[in-house]
Amino acid sequence: MAHASEESTANREILAKVRPAELPRPSLVLNGRSFHWITEKVCGIVEEPTPLWWKVMFTMALCLAAFTFGGLAYLVSTGTGVWGLRSPIGWGWAIVNFVFWVGIGHAGTLISAILCLLRQKWRTSINRAAEAMTIFAVCCAGLFPLFHVGRVWFGWWLFPIPNQNGIWPQFRSPLEWDVFAVSTYFTVSTLFWYMGMVPDLATIRDRARTWWRKAIYSFLAMGWRNGNRQWSNFEMAYLLLAGLSTPLVLSVHTIVSFDFAVSNVPGWHTTIFPPYFVAGAIFSGFAMVLTLMLPLRAIYRLHDTINQYHIDNMTKIILATGSMVGYAYATEFFIAAYSGNPFEKFAFINRAFGQYAWAYWIMVTCNVISPQFFWFKAVRENHALVWIICLFVNVGMWFERFVITVTSLANDYLPSSWGYYSPTIVDIFTFFGTFGFFSVLFLLFIRFLPLLPMAEIKSVIPQADPHAH
Amino acid sequence: MNDHSSQDTQPRREERVFGVACSFRSVAEIFHAAERIRDAGWKKWDVYTPFPIHGMDAAMGLPRSPIPRVTLLGGITGFVTGCLLTWYTNSFDYPLIVGAKPYWSVIYPFPVLYECTILFAAFGTFFGQFIFNRLPRHHHPLFDVPQFVRVSDDAFMVVLEVSDPRFGNPDKAYDFLASLGGQDITLVRD
Repeated sequence: MAHASEESTANREILAKVRPAELPRPSLVLNGRSFHWITEKVCGIVEEPTPLWWKVMFTMALCLAAFTFGGLAYLVSTGTGVWGLRSPIGWGWAIVNFVFWVGIGHAGTLISAILCLLRQKWRTSINRAAEAMTIFAVCCAGLFPLFHVGRVWFGWWLFPIPNQNGIWPQFRSPLEWDVFAVSTYFTVSTLFWYMGMVPDLATIRDRARTWWRKAIYSFLAMGWRNGNRQWSNFEMAYLLLAGLSTPLVLSVHTIVSFDFAVSNVPGWHTTIFPPYFVAGAIFSGFAMVLTLMLPLRAIYRLHDTINQYHIDNMTKIILATGSMVGYAYATEFFIAAYSGNPFEKFAFINRAFGQYAWAYWIMVTCNVISPQFFWFKAVRENHALVWIICLFVNVGMWFERFVITVTSLANDYLPSSWGYYSPTIVDIFTFFGTFGFFSVLFLLFIRFLPLLPMAEIKSVIPQADPHAH
Repeated sequence: MNDHSSQDTQPRREERVFGVACSFRSVAEIFHAAERIRDAGWKKWDVYTPFPIHGMDAAMGLPRSPIPRVTLLGGITGFVTGCLLTWYTNSFDYPLIVGAKPYWSVIYPFPVLYECTILFAAFGTFFGQFIFNRLPRHHHPLFDVPQFVRVSDDAFMVVLEVSDPRFGNPDKAYDFLASLGGQDITLVRD
């Protein structure tokens, strides 16, 4: 004991002598903005007259979305054959697009849940938009497997409702696990998003001038009163939902990867799939968050709330997850070589040098090489360049799913049943239309709901500290 | 500043009173006021702030939120529901042999059980939050207080409720709030 206290006195003396530098934490909101400034900024977006750019973008997004719905109507009236799916490739763009969109959603949950548990306060200014992105991306994702079943009017067979022969879904299939995983993910993300938004909806309600506006936002805000007795339950519920969303988000892409990994197809039947899919999902999701947030930041002049610190953090996460994805590509090759399984070896050599080599090298360029530029501060500070790299990542991650899905099916065990898959115009229209569908939902979100979580941003600025003087 | 004689502070006859409200200018002020109200032994009162203030639960002497119990209950319900669902459908009502797996075990439908657990736990948390906060409630005496609209923006308010045994008469509550440094002291009519 005496020894310990001597040591601590010595430490204190040394500390007094060297006077360690105080490391200032980076500000989350620049220019010392006040609480009222935050309210005005965020509510102003919802309260201003609809800007012209929004009307133009919304019209364009609606037109683009029409391609998806036109394509789906044509598919329903004709058959899934219009999608270019034929033996041996039964999982073409439909599954590629599904995995792509579900993966995009993952960054939203990562930001809102995992970063919340890790007390990363910088998440506050981007979490609302990222969660909205999650929900809308899952909406887009869900369309593909739903219509891929062919006779979409039997889509309810996926759910545990007995059909006319009294047959239930069978739960040994990863595809059925996926139904539960994705629908739970959608539901929980929506609950989390909405609950977090209630206090901000109350702010908009309290500022509403017209009767209609007041009525709608009052309904949505559930009569929230900002009392600390309410905040106490709210914060606990928010933390618990974050805690529940964390294993959920990891499980969703794990189960999506089971769709592949549980099968016996060379190139799919690997244990690396779950972590590799989750890392890829976060990678693509962060790229999509930046793709959306950088233009929004410029349009709404959110430079004080989404500042270089936020962009730096996101680009670094892209760099880290991109490197993990690159490492996973290398591991797959190593394990294929090490396995001694000729089919497995062939599957990987065929990916890199076979008939789909072009897709493989697009994937490697976009996913492994392009994020490496984020090592450089100058690149991270050049927002146009950040945006372009993020677009590359989005493209690369789509190609990753294409490479996984198509190369393994096109060239599996029997050379006599090999094939070459190419999409039809209906595939292409349906997929590109989902960007329109996504944009329609996202534009409605930024027009009518609080884009940034006001209450959360207010709680991280210096004035919110009760012990500050 | 603390204008006791103004009309707004005196209850008219046959009027029901909800409590007395006052404003504070900063987070630090309301935080210390809350500590003093807690120490004075008040039970029916609340602090209204635009965002959750760190440490306010302790400053108000609030117990830990009961939400985790609902979450746990939801999670257990979800797991049991998942077990019953997969057992009933795949083993009892219409047994099928698929992939040489047993009719029912906890292993093969585990992803389903896992997702059901999370889903029901999330429902428990979500609805538990609204139930414990007594929401939705669109009519509340506080919504008639003119300053209250600023609480969701940048104002900080304390409300002492008439249902607290310490309340006595409004004048005593005014004086107490004034002694804490509260401003714009107003009567909240029910």
